[in-house]
This record gives sequence, structure tokens and C-alpha cells, in this order.
Amino acid sequence: MTPARPPGRPGRPARRAAVPGPLIAALLLPAAVACGSDGGDGDSDGGGSVTLTVLAAASLTDVFTEAGEVYEEAHPGVTVRFSFAGSQELAAQVTQGAPADVLVTADTRTMADVADETAEPEIIARNELVIVTPPGNPADVTSLADLADPGLRLVLAAPEVPAGRYGQRILDAQGLEVTPDSQEPNVRAVLGKVELGEADAGLVYVTDATAAGDDVRAVPIPAGQNIVADYPAAALNGSDHPERAQEFVDWLAPPEVRALLPDAGFRSP
Amino acid sequence: MSRRPPLLLALPALLAVAFLLLPLLGIVAAAPWSALAGRLTAPAVTEALGLSLLVSGWALLISLLLGVPLAWLLARADFPGRALVRCLAILPMVLPPTVAGVALLQGLGRRGLLGGPLEALGVTLPFSTAGAVVAAVFVSMPFLVISLEGALTGLDPHFEEAAATMGAGPLRPLRSVTLPMTGPALTAGAALCWARALGEFGATITFAGNLPGTTQTLPLKVYLLLQDDPAGATAVSLLLLAIAAAVLFALRGRWLGPLRTSPD
Repeated sequence: MTPARPPGRPGRPARRAAVPGPLIAALLLPAAVACGSDGGDGDSDGGGSVTLTVLAAASLTDVFTEAGEVYEEAHPGVTVRFSFAGSQELAAQVTQGAPADVLVTADTRTMADVADETAEPEIIARNELVIVTPPGNPADVTSLADLADPGLRLVLAAPEVPAGRYGQRILDAQGLEVTPDSQEPNVRAVLGKVELGEADAGLVYVTDATAAGDDVRAVPIPAGQNIVADYPAAALNGSDHPERAQEFVDWLAPPEVRALLPDAGFRSP
Repeated sequence: MSRRPPLLLALPALLAVAFLLLPLLGIVAAAPWSALAGRLTAPAVTEALGLSLLVSGWALLISLLLGVPLAWLLARADFPGRALVRCLAILPMVLPPTVAGVALLQGLGRRGLLGGPLEALGVTLPFSTAGAVVAAVFVSMPFLVISLEGALTGLDPHFEEAAATMGAGPLRPLRSVTLPMTGPALTAGAALCWARALGEFGATITFAGNLPGTTQTLPLKVYLLLQDDPAGATAVSLLLLAIAAAVLFALRGRWLGPLRTSPD
């Protein structure tokens, strides 16, 4: 499908019409713009080019970027575009009608909140929390109990996002009262503050600590005190390429992505 | 006939107006009007509002203390590197605010250039209200400096010199010429500076973090509210929109008006 051009000579009248045309389209018909790449939908061999927009939890940043490349290689003509943010923020975007094809959140609750907008979700990975400190662990944090020290510069994820909720649950289970110095809008921001040395400690996913490598020190949380986070993925009902979106979700489950998961610190479901 | 704008310009201009207006109408249309009072007086919102007023107030005060002398120097003094200093003074206006936040972390954070000396003095800016003020000053001071410098540059120094020859002391020209003639620009610059500080988001969340009561200003509150209470976010957005509109309205009516008719 080629964009409509005003007919006639390429003189002044044509230019006059060309100015507002695309603008009006952008203003009033965002869906029409997305239709431009629609040609190949339905071809099973990927003859046309399709761009899948995947909204994914911030903790998936590294593993999904890699997974996306693997997927694109195996599916010529499909481009996978990721938008990483806090799960709750992504869910809000879905509710507001953001044009996207797949949603992957870091907890089942956030996915359940948008159940009306998605196909049946599948659990594609599991994760756990870990304490991270700057290299060298300047505040000498060795356990969850150390996080309750009021002098400690502690950064957590905001209670609005899954990582924040998980963290709060873990601390509550130990009866620990903590005084965070900041509640970051997503878990990667927590990691960043620790990597920069601005915070003495933070609670992030094991996968975040794995991704940060030597830039942080991970202080494991004993299994009995930890929590398992389920990552559901689902195709969005509003997708322009529902079949392709479902294909991608199915592909995320076994086994190609699972091969990537342990390296990134995830546990297979 | 000649007063009617040509269609070629009027059409895109109208489109521009519609484009600017539509999102704002969206807020007004979506605002939970019946529950507005309740939304805006929720403790979490009033806490963020109080903090926003405190932070933007301090930001304005510091901007005035540092920015007015800087504007005067840029307009009046001749020194090497003046163009560079002017660039530096404007840069935060065109810098992405999150970049400003990163810069502040690398400059004034615990591990930043000045982090060691600051910590030795017992000052840690990130995650503190003072840090939120610093972020706000960084992004908002240029509005004051630019506005005032423009007015000072436009003001013929001969007026001040004449006033100086007629009266004794250096304060006389300041009081009788400089202040009255640049007052409107100073007020306008201060209002824009304050409004920018009130709306600051990116540098604040990057440098100062997000903690209710300490660094969670209204824009940060809006951002987080949107994640689980869109109606609440819309209500607070409406409040910030009303404040911004009020500032501009006041500027247009009382302050920018006289400026426009003044001679070049």
C-alpha cells in the first residue's frame, strides 16, 4: 500500500495539499499509518515485512534484545521492536490504546489487570530478587535485615511496579521496616542508581544483577526468604498482526528463548 | 483584503493551533470533574503539591540570587569568553532534562566530581529535597537569565550613564532607570523560571529520585499515578495545566503587554 499522493502537476497546488495531508493523518488516523506495513499479514512464509511492537518489562531488556535478534534471523521479514518500561506503565499504555502487538509483564497481576485487552497469557520465564550493592559493598550489606538500617542509602522500585511489590512482600515477610531513599519508577532505574554508587543497596531481579556484571555486587537472598516472579506474555487484541503476535508469544515459550534464559539469570518456567 | 492571512499560511497555522489545543482539551474532557476536589485534596497529592511549591520557590530564589548578576554581566560587562558563558547559560534549556539529571549525578552526585568534597561537608544531594531544588535551578535559571539579559541589552546604557551623572552613587541609576525599565522582563523571566521549576520532571527523577514527601514533586506524582490511577493523574494534570495557563495569562495581561510596545 503506497501513501496517497495528491494528483496533478507537481506545482504549487500539489505542494499546498501535501503539507496538511500527512499531518491530518498523523493527528486523526494513527491507525491508518500503522496499516502502511500491513501487506504481508497472513503470509505464513513471511513474504511481506511486518514490525511487531513488543511492550516488555524493564527487567527483560537484555535477554529480549538478544531474543529479538534471534527471532528476526529465524523469521525473515519480521522486525521486532521493543519498548521496555515498568510493567504497570506498559499496562497503562495498553489501556490507553498504545499501538502494540505483544505485552510481557513481570507479574501475573499486572497482566490480569489488562485481561480484556489480551489473548490468553503464557508464562515464559521466572525470576527472583537479589540485593545489589556497588562493587566493594561499601555499606557492608550481607542480608535483608541489613536493609533496615536507617543510615543505609536504600533504593527500591516504586510500589506501583511489580519489582517494588515483590520487594515489599519479601521485606514484610521478614517483618522488616525499611526507609528507602527513593522509589524508582522501574527496576532498571534502581540498578542504575546502585551502579552509579548513589545508593548503597537496592533490590532488583537476579537478571538485572546478571546483566550488570561487575558493575554491582549481588548479595543473594536465601530461597526461603525470596519470591518467585512469573513473567506472562500475551498477544494484544488491538494488534494489527494478531497471528504474528501470537506466533511470537508461542516462540517465546519453548525452546529457543529458554536457551537464552539461564545465561541471563532467569529460571525456566 | 490585505489583512486577511493567505490561505496557504492560515491552514497550517490553524492545524498547529488544533494540534496544540487538542491534547489540552483531552485533559479537560477526561478530568474527573465531579470528584475533582476529592482527588486534589488526597493526602498524597497535597503532599506532592506542597513539596512542589517548596522546591520551585527555592529554585526561583536561588535563580534570582545567581541569575540576575549573571544576566547583568552578560549584558553589560565585556570579558573574554562571554559568548561561551552565554551558551552555557542557555544550554539547559535545550538539553534533555534526563541528560541534565545524568550530568548533575556525574557532577554533584556521591561519586561525581564534587561528590567527595560535598560529602566531607556532610552534604549529599541525590535523594534529598535539596537535590530536587538543584535539579530545578539547573533547568529553570536560563529562563530568567535570558529574559533579563535581553531586556538589559535592549536598554541603552546611556540612560544609566545619564542617571549616574545626575545623581550620586551607583544605586541611583539602578533604582531610577534599570529596575523600572527591566522590571517587566525580570518579572516575566521569574514567572517562566518558576513555572519551569514547578514542571520539572526528568532531571529531578534522574538526580533526586522519587520519594513521597522528599523528592516526589507533582510532575513525578502524575507520572506514577498514571500507572495505577489514570483519573487521579488526569486530575493533577489539570491542576498543573491551570497553573501554567494562569502564569501565561498573567504575563500576557500585565507584564508582556508593556514590553511589546516599548521601543527597540
